[in-house]
Amino acid sequence: MPGREELLNTLAGLALFADLSRPQLEEVVHTFEEEVFAEGQRILRQGFSGSNLYIILEGDAGVVIDGVQRTTLGKGDFFGEVSVLLGEPPTADVVALRVLRCLVLPATDVPPFLLRHPQVTLRMLMAEARRLRSTTLWR
Amino acid sequence: MAVGARGGASAQAGERRPFPPGNYPVVIVGSGPGGLQLSYFLTRLGIRHAVLSADDRPGGMFRDFPIYQRLNTWSKPHAPVGPESRHYAWYDWNTLLADEPAHQALVPEFMKGDSYFPTRAEMEASLEAFVARASVAVRYGCRWEGTARAEDGFLLRTSDGEYRCRVPVFAVGMAEPWKPAIPGIEHVPHYAEALPSQAYAGKRLLILGKRTSAFEIADALLPFCREILLVSPRPVLLAIHTHSTAGVRARYLLPYEDHILGGGVFMLDGATSAIERTARGFRVTATGTTKPGTFVFDADAMIAATGWTSPLGDLRALGLATFAQDRLPALTPFWESTTVQGVYFAGAAGQGAVGLRKHGVPSNSGGLGGFRHNARVLARHLAETYFGLSIPRPVLEPAEVVPYLLSETSRAAELWNQRSYLARVLTVDRSRGIIDEGILPLQYFVDAPGPDAVAAVLETDQAGDHHPAIYVRRDGRVTEHVLPGDPLLTFETGEHRTQLASILAELL
Repeated sequence: MPGREELLNTLAGLALFADLSRPQLEEVVHTFEEEVFAEGQRILRQGFSGSNLYIILEGDAGVVIDGVQRTTLGKGDFFGEVSVLLGEPPTADVVALRVLRCLVLPATDVPPFLLRHPQVTLRMLMAEARRLRSTTLWR
Repeated sequence: MAVGARGGASAQAGERRPFPPGNYPVVIVGSGPGGLQLSYFLTRLGIRHAVLSADDRPGGMFRDFPIYQRLNTWSKPHAPVGPESRHYAWYDWNTLLADEPAHQALVPEFMKGDSYFPTRAEMEASLEAFVARASVAVRYGCRWEGTARAEDGFLLRTSDGEYRCRVPVFAVGMAEPWKPAIPGIEHVPHYAEALPSQAYAGKRLLILGKRTSAFEIADALLPFCREILLVSPRPVLLAIHTHSTAGVRARYLLPYEDHILGGGVFMLDGATSAIERTARGFRVTATGTTKPGTFVFDADAMIAATGWTSPLGDLRALGLATFAQDRLPALTPFWESTTVQGVYFAGAAGQGAVGLRKHGVPSNSGGLGGFRHNARVLARHLAETYFGLSIPRPVLEPAEVVPYLLSETSRAAELWNQRSYLARVLTVDRSRGIIDEGILPLQYFVDAPGPDAVAAVLETDQAGDHHPAIYVRRDGRVTEHVLPGDPLLTFETGEHRTQLASILAELL
């Protein structure tokens, strides 16, 4: 199981954090919590309030709407940002397809984090733009 | 300090030690509050078990910590309800739970009454009293040394011999000091090795860390140190902002105010890259994280308040999944390893079951106030899952459901101590009626299949508003219904009754 150094190296390899310095990555490690989910476990629950932002470090997750899997997410992908930023319950379940290791940040901590790290915000915006472009995958 | 670092069986020398090596349905490892509480509830259910501890007396971490001798969790000497009420525990986060009056409210019994935070010694005395009065037996001086799968269970190798059991429960706490891999950190004493406060008189102290243990030290040493620097990569998080004990408790906020007013405490967001010994003490190099820059600090003394890890022994070799930088076991809602079926955890290591983390609030299982309730749930779960026990469930009339659930969310200690984690669950069965299933983990309720049912929890949203949340399972689908908050935390108003009745109308 990854210790601190492995975690820092993993983060350095993720597109979302590609522009951060090593000390900034250390802040990420200390700001986010790490959480691991067993295969089949739900991480986001459709229609439930109070969810968080998740970034996948390892494993795969399925995006499930009304019981139908619409797409999959993998290492470096993030989810939960829409409900966190809009303050609305998720419109999909996210389920671990195998052991899933994530970073997690509560909704209240997301805006200050993004404001502290505009490079991460820009990377997130780019990822959202790519999702928008391929929006049919989400329907 | 490792679990049982003191070792020895001196407390039981000359006595007949309980639980000799052999076969037991359950073996609990650890004699801290987590192990003691689980043993108590297993005994109440008649489940035979052994409790093994490398220590020489009960108490676990409370034998030595908090290092500056006073806890940060309250035991209110004058609670709104008496200790005989099952709602009392909400006002006393430090006393172990018991059904008999003689074993209740043990922490206030030992407190002087001049603070609502007990001292470490008062806490330890209360745990020893619990063991004596509730007759919790422990085999002291018996160190768990290895684990293997065995036919129909597990084999635990100990300093006293081999134990076979169907279910091992590791109540080993977060008992091992943990330090990050920074060059030179081996020269820095951990929190657990901090010196008596007088030793820091007139000194410039650098504390690595800005979590509760760092603030506990800074608060205790304010009258002694010339200057105190707290350095860690992340800005400080306060409990009054996180709405959970995951943040720094207000009890330790004087150093924070000193920092704000510029009185000699400094808090810096920096990633430490090197620590060197100097003639005077230490030289620390760090790089700013929230603000750019390189810092070089000279300090007379240092303390690494960098946290703890669970002493998991050889369990990783069995395939135990961990997280939080390898410090915690990954657990199911019933505190079973997600990867090694049949291996359970109790006590502070139970925080490896995070729960739904609604509004960012994790389970409160890292503290006694939370994990004592888990022990009751776990004992019932083990008794029914492994040992064929069928615990009777009360049956409710339909008219009782709304007032009962609103009463529970208003005052049940299980729901308040374990917000968004433990739930009062009622199932609805056409033939048997409305069954009170007791307290169960919310995550289990919302994710596992089951009959039509309702679960009530207490939740706290981003604005800090406490409110009941109701989860209804109908035809296998679970929906969430958030009830309004109330400024005096009374959820038994006409509005609450009307809303809850409407939510449950179809179910009932």
